[in-house]
Amino acid sequence: MSDTTTAAATSVAPASTETVLSVENLKMHFPVKGSGVIRRTVGHVKAVDGVSFEVAKGTALGLVGESGCGKSTTGRMVTRLYKPTEGKINFEGTDIANYTGRQLHPMRREIQMIFQDPSTSLNPRHTVGSIIGAPLRIHKMVPKDKVLSRVQELLEIVGLNPEHYNRYPHEFSGGQRQRIGIARALTLQPKLLVADEPVSALDVSIQAQVINLLQDLQKEFDISFLFIAHDLAIVRHFCPEVAVMYLGKIVEIGDRESIYERAHHPYTQALLSAVPDVKQAAIGGRRERIRLEGDVPSPINPPSGCHFRTRCAIAKDICSVVEPPLLQIGKKHKVACHFPGEIHQHPEKPVTAPLLGVDEFGAPDPGASPAEVPGDGPGYADTWYDLANNSRGRA
Amino acid sequence: MSDVSNTLGGTPTKDGAFLSVRDLKVHFTTSDGIVKATDGLSFDLERGKTLGIVGESGSGKSVSSSAIMGLHRGTNAKLSGEILLDGVDLLHVSDEEMRKRRGRDVAMIFQDPLSAMHPYYTVGNQIMEAYQVHNDVTKREARKRAIEMLDRVGIPQPDRRVDDYPHQFSGGMRQRAMIAMGLINNPSLLIADEPTTALDVTVQAQILDLLQDLQRDFDAAIIIITHDLGVVAEMADDVLVMYAGRAVEYGPGKEILTHPEMPYTWGLLSSVPDLTASTEAKLIPIRGNPPSLLNPPPGCPFEPRCDHVAKVGGDLCKTVLPELTPARSGGNHTKRCHLENPDEVYEAEILPEIAPDLVED
Amino acid sequence: MWAYVVRRCLIGVILILAMTLVTFALFFATPIDAARYACGKNCSEEQRNITRAALGYDKPVVEQWAGFIQGLFVGRDFPLDESQREAAPDQVTHCGAPCLGYSSFNAKTINELVADALPVTVSLAIVALVLWLIGGVLFGIMAAINQGSFLDRGIVGATLVIYAFPSFAIAVFLLNYVAIKWGVFPYPKYTEIADGGVFEWFGNLLLPAVTLALLFLAGYVRMTRAFVLESLTEDYIRTANAKGLSQGKVVFKHALRAALTPLVTMAGLDFATLLGGAIITERVFNYPGLGLLTIQANAASDLPVMVGVVLLAGSFVILANIIVDVLYAVIDPRVRVA
Ligand SMILES: Nc1ncnc2c1ncn2[C@@H]1O[C@H](COP(=O)(O)OP(=O)(O)OP(=O)(O)O)[C@@H](O)[C@H]1O
Ligand SMILES: Nc1ncnc2c1ncn2[C@@H]1O[C@H](COP(=O)(O)OP(=O)(O)OP(=O)(O)O)[C@@H](O)[C@H]1O
Ligand code: SF4
Ligand code: SF4
Ligand SMILES: [Mg+2]
Ligand SMILES: [Mg+2]
Repeated sequence: MSDTTTAAATSVAPASTETVLSVENLKMHFPVKGSGVIRRTVGHVKAVDGVSFEVAKGTALGLVGESGCGKSTTGRMVTRLYKPTEGKINFEGTDIANYTGRQLHPMRREIQMIFQDPSTSLNPRHTVGSIIGAPLRIHKMVPKDKVLSRVQELLEIVGLNPEHYNRYPHEFSGGQRQRIGIARALTLQPKLLVADEPVSALDVSIQAQVINLLQDLQKEFDISFLFIAHDLAIVRHFCPEVAVMYLGKIVEIGDRESIYERAHHPYTQALLSAVPDVKQAAIGGRRERIRLEGDVPSPINPPSGCHFRTRCAIAKDICSVVEPPLLQIGKKHKVACHFPGEIHQHPEKPVTAPLLGVDEFGAPDPGASPAEVPGDGPGYADTWYDLANNSRGRA
Repeated sequence: MSDVSNTLGGTPTKDGAFLSVRDLKVHFTTSDGIVKATDGLSFDLERGKTLGIVGESGSGKSVSSSAIMGLHRGTNAKLSGEILLDGVDLLHVSDEEMRKRRGRDVAMIFQDPLSAMHPYYTVGNQIMEAYQVHNDVTKREARKRAIEMLDRVGIPQPDRRVDDYPHQFSGGMRQRAMIAMGLINNPSLLIADEPTTALDVTVQAQILDLLQDLQRDFDAAIIIITHDLGVVAEMADDVLVMYAGRAVEYGPGKEILTHPEMPYTWGLLSSVPDLTASTEAKLIPIRGNPPSLLNPPPGCPFEPRCDHVAKVGGDLCKTVLPELTPARSGGNHTKRCHLENPDEVYEAEILPEIAPDLVED
Repeated sequence: MWAYVVRRCLIGVILILAMTLVTFALFFATPIDAARYACGKNCSEEQRNITRAALGYDKPVVEQWAGFIQGLFVGRDFPLDESQREAAPDQVTHCGAPCLGYSSFNAKTINELVADALPVTVSLAIVALVLWLIGGVLFGIMAAINQGSFLDRGIVGATLVIYAFPSFAIAVFLLNYVAIKWGVFPYPKYTEIADGGVFEWFGNLLLPAVTLALLFLAGYVRMTRAFVLESLTEDYIRTANAKGLSQGKVVFKHALRAALTPLVTMAGLDFATLLGGAIITERVFNYPGLGLLTIQANAASDLPVMVGVVLLAGSFVILANIIVDVLYAVIDPRVRVA
């Protein structure tokens, strides 16, 4: 066909979709020790159990989900504070999942982390100047006599008075302390920032300051974000792409519109419906709320099949037998459910069964021919499963 | 439409209010000076209704509600004003009388349900205790009642879970247990101090639903303290916005959230994103920091952070504390601001920023 | 849980063995000729050698230690030298396991000596423990709930003043004034329960026990005060108040309960230390407990007794540690393993 147009398209597109981070089948299993004389491992906390996603240059991927679903653990693996049990972390094309000691050093510069609690992550006995300057000295980024001026520059960037480099963290307010944490993360000009609940501990009015700051920095320095939060509204505001996690797995991932306007996973739908909404309520309306019964099961013994089935209102037989694969159902939309669909429009039959070579109830179906599941990788494929026609679709 | 004599003392008194707080002041004497944590707070609440109190950290929300519970007794706090519960001034009853009312007439649930429960006693034991203080019952009866309440708040297998320790409960279950404890004596007033702040959204939704169900059944008055406007919007009939120990806006929830007339409330509304707002719009933070409650300046406490001082003219904002006056939109809505035409400013400047889609109507 | 206890006990046994080795090494590093003391003043070289062989001092330290350990598990016969035992079979003393050794000075096995002394020390320690716990907790709570008041400062100050006095002074004061001069109490003399009944036993123990209790009181008052004050600021105390509980219930049921863990730890360890013998108190009151035994042994350089008592005292401390750890689980449900 028209080779020229495709060539042109591919050569233009990557400029905006260049992948900085690509995570594939990442797992983190923490051993659980028994209490005997010999403390043997009696099981594993499957904190993160096979997640795959991509973060494009200069954008932000939001990671949301209930407490304990593995968000922070994922963030800590990406920054390599934890060594993953399994899986790949491709940072700018190289897999850093198994890097050790010395190898990690240069990469630590490029991937930085911002923590939730600004007061505990800053050493109270060091001045702000030495906190921010430390990475510069450790990595010998600038000559010694230039450290101070660089620190002052950074303070200015995050909106603090550069003259205050000599003060101690406790002399700043919560929002200002979080800015110090951000300044520290910026000293090495990272390409990727993992922000683990950067505003959860802050008052609403101060949250806005910090979010705005992060947005400005992102624009100015083209930084990519892995943005971990449980506030769905803030994630929607900050992240063009969002991944929803449940019990160590990504259950739905997609661009903002797909997740917030057309969520196809029952858990995402429940999560969204639970957010109290000022405007809706103020004008008298209230979205229908999907009540989730019970608690999140233990990650040591997750339910068989679909992890969400114990709380899912539409679960059927197949859900306890076969784990739903993360199926791409739109240009930038993947969902891990046998019955993906918008609220009240979930299909009757498991759409995944034919792809997996099982029947409606999850038993192996000798007649079926398992097909490759579209979207089985960190990124998005060009073709996907079209739910409307039960066929492969394409942009 | 307003009665001037009423506005002087604060908000107009509604006749027959079940709880009526008049000019409540809670001052702490510290080595640095007097902390005016609550400085002249007035509000009313009827049975079966919910009052939402919102405000930044340190604005005096918890201190005020603890005052209603009489929890400042025996501390260095100085209280004045009136807290009329069913006509009785709680500030002037004896310590023993107040103790008897605590947990029976007024109950409270707290923010962090883990630390709010004693780690060494079973959940059942702690709930039973709340029942046994106010009712002359045997242990067996108290236990039966505790199981009943646990069942009522939706704990599965309550007869088994009653013997669990708090750490064996999840966060949401603990908060349910706290609610069970709070409601076991059918209190007529329940104060919930940030009952869902430590919880996930889905659990928060469960708890808020539960509180609403229970309110219907028990016909209790509820005060819900939060900094989440969304929670207020869903739960509250009336809303009280607090700033620096004072009410700065007070009225029916719907009024306050759709026609706010005080710049601080505007700030709150525009600094949080919601699930439908345009993502292009920037969040508008309230600049600066909350004021110190030590030696507050004479004028409007919000003045150092307010963008509308110029519209008032002169140095009125800096020198004179605005009274709580009826809002332009009328009704029972009052606000504390010198602005002449806050409704117009809101329509013209604020609404387009926070909800462009609502501007047309 | 049980596996944990077993593990702790095993470690404890190893620790005790190591402790005996260290004790042996330390004692034999001193230039004292133990046999000379054991034999007595006017002792010929030859007699001394016999004694040396009888007590096994002619062997290398490690071998002596091995013998001692063996005695612990299977018992020993004294004199150790086989030829001496054969020569005078009627003078052989059997010391059953766990054998702590033989004191030629007292011509008794150490087990016998300990069996006489231990009840005295244990009685003393128990009464003292009860006294200082009750006093410490009550005064501590009183100080805590009146924090900053005269009463608070008075209690803390008074206990500190008492603490500053040497226990010797307190003991002498109690003995000379309370017992002898004022005659409030009869002159304390240890009587067994079997002989005089519980009341006499207790009455006689009171003065020395008070001496010991006063010594520990200050620490317990301050600790109780600190922990109760801390737990009074906890959220669950606010909850307890919000329920409408009385002040007494809030303090005793809720605040004190949380302070119990550290109190139990301290009490357990202090008690164990006391079981090793309260040297000064026993001496002043002339109570024939382990402390007095130690003093006498020290004066006579009666090495076997010293080793035996050290071993015993050490075992008490190690055992107390284990018991305290197990108690933890009883007190704090969060520690309990399912
Ligand atoms: N070092 C560890 N050892 C054992 N288990 C762990 C460890 N770290 C985390 N976990 C467990 O792994 C699971 C995921 O934890 P993680 O902190 O990633 O959750 P999260 O999604 O960040 O939750 P939150 O919103 O509460 O921060 C939890 O069940 C947690 O208890
Ligand atoms: N015992 C006390 N002594 C002195 N100052 C106090 C005392 N208790 C509270 N305050 C002060 O009173 C003010 C109001 O506190 P309060 O706890 O009511 O705030 P809040 O509105 O509940 O905030 P948050 O949202 O953080 O819970 C704070 O500035 C606090 O420092
Ligand atoms: S796979 Fe089944 S259980 Fe899981 S979310 Fe979909 S319908 Fe529910
Ligand atoms: S009184 Fe003045 S400073 Fe205060 S809110 Fe109104 S305009 Fe702002
Ligand atoms: Mg986390
Ligand atoms: Mg509070």
